[in-house]
Amino acid sequence: MSNQYTRIARDGLWDNNIVLVQALGLCPLLAVSGTATNGLGMGMASTAVMIASGLLISSVRGIITPQVRIPIFVLIIAVLVTLVDMSMNAWVHDLHKMLGLFIPLIVTNCAILGRAEAFASRNRMLPALFDGAMMGLGFTLALVLLGACREIVGSGTLFANAALLLGDWASSLELVLIADYHGFLLIILPPGGFIVLGVLLAGKRQIDRALSARSRSVLLQPSAS
Amino acid sequence: MNAPSVAFRKRILYQALLLGGFSTLATAMLVAGNIATRGAILERQQEDLLSSLNQVVPAAHYDNNLLDYPLRLPGRSGKMLTVYRGTRGMQISSLAYEIFGQGYGGEIRLILGLDAAGRILGVRVLAHAETPGLGDKIEVEKSSWILQFNGLSLDHPPQREWKVTKDGGRFDAFSGATITPRAVLQAIEVGLLFHREHYTELHNPPAIFNASVASDEAPKHE
Repeated sequence: MSNQYTRIARDGLWDNNIVLVQALGLCPLLAVSGTATNGLGMGMASTAVMIASGLLISSVRGIITPQVRIPIFVLIIAVLVTLVDMSMNAWVHDLHKMLGLFIPLIVTNCAILGRAEAFASRNRMLPALFDGAMMGLGFTLALVLLGACREIVGSGTLFANAALLLGDWASSLELVLIADYHGFLLIILPPGGFIVLGVLLAGKRQIDRALSARSRSVLLQPSAS
Repeated sequence: MNAPSVAFRKRILYQALLLGGFSTLATAMLVAGNIATRGAILERQQEDLLSSLNQVVPAAHYDNNLLDYPLRLPGRSGKMLTVYRGTRGMQISSLAYEIFGQGYGGEIRLILGLDAAGRILGVRVLAHAETPGLGDKIEVEKSSWILQFNGLSLDHPPQREWKVTKDGGRFDAFSGATITPRAVLQAIEVGLLFHREHYTELHNPPAIFNASVASDEAPKHE
């Protein structure tokens, strides 16, 4: 059983990462990844939606028929996104002001519907919940990485405004890496998002290639999986 | 969970019930969510409003809560405007209301604060979609450009000089952007004209004052 969870975790974080492999959800991704903090906020909101939608859809999979499944999945996801939107507006208002426009766009993140269709509707609740968490975490990591790269190159800071998201203790995370930096506008604007994403995708390919080359060299030893 | 029988599941009624049931459930969840967050959201919005009002009307100019006596008047574009009024003593001492300009990237929303004589106490951008790095110098966080209007009024400088230098006025546009400063200037000018046109309505003390004057005087007969 634990093997299944290892598989899910590997899929979500690396092998089948929403951003780096499936390349889904790019619209919210490119829009909010201007800073690491925004990326983290968007990633956390999406993760909450993925966990809850995985759990809910898995719990009703027994009564849903294939003919009406898509409208029901969409309805569930839309309700969850609206709830997340309202709670963020109420309780992390400053962050909501920065991300507000993009929170409703989580509905259009096809990765969430994709996981509902491909995983949650076919598995029991616990694996579905875990899958949502891991896919969401993978999405968040990619967003934070992309946001951090764009923020460092584009504005010379890292985790600016983190205190708005995580509370006052997080102000120690806020770094000014390059003082008196005039900014690199291209990287902050959407084209910069595509450019940095391209670099990240290439980087992941390189790592995968290096890993498979190494495993090929130890091919003689029996594989554990 | 009991799975319904296969025969029943195939009927159209089952599909309809399924969709209807989930829609009802979804509505119930949204209602619950709305009830849980409505109060907090309203509070946050009031705080936002108050903090933007405080940026354009310094605290020394009023001794009430700025949200106390809102006045709704038709603006020059036909849109209803809410004017927030600060009072001191029994007099209107300051006014703040939203003004709008048509910028390069769409509408620019600003808030304008005036003192009793119609002099500008402050102007701040509330929302805009101007190009980052060029047009966003209208934000006070990015540049002090917007502060140059403090203390000015429709007669000082004369109205024909309320333009950017390129158009023959006396206000410098910042480098790289002309449309944005022009839009801001125009918004301010329209806002000042609005104040002139509605002077009496704006400066009429709120009705509640007359009532409270009466009730204040009543105990003196003792």
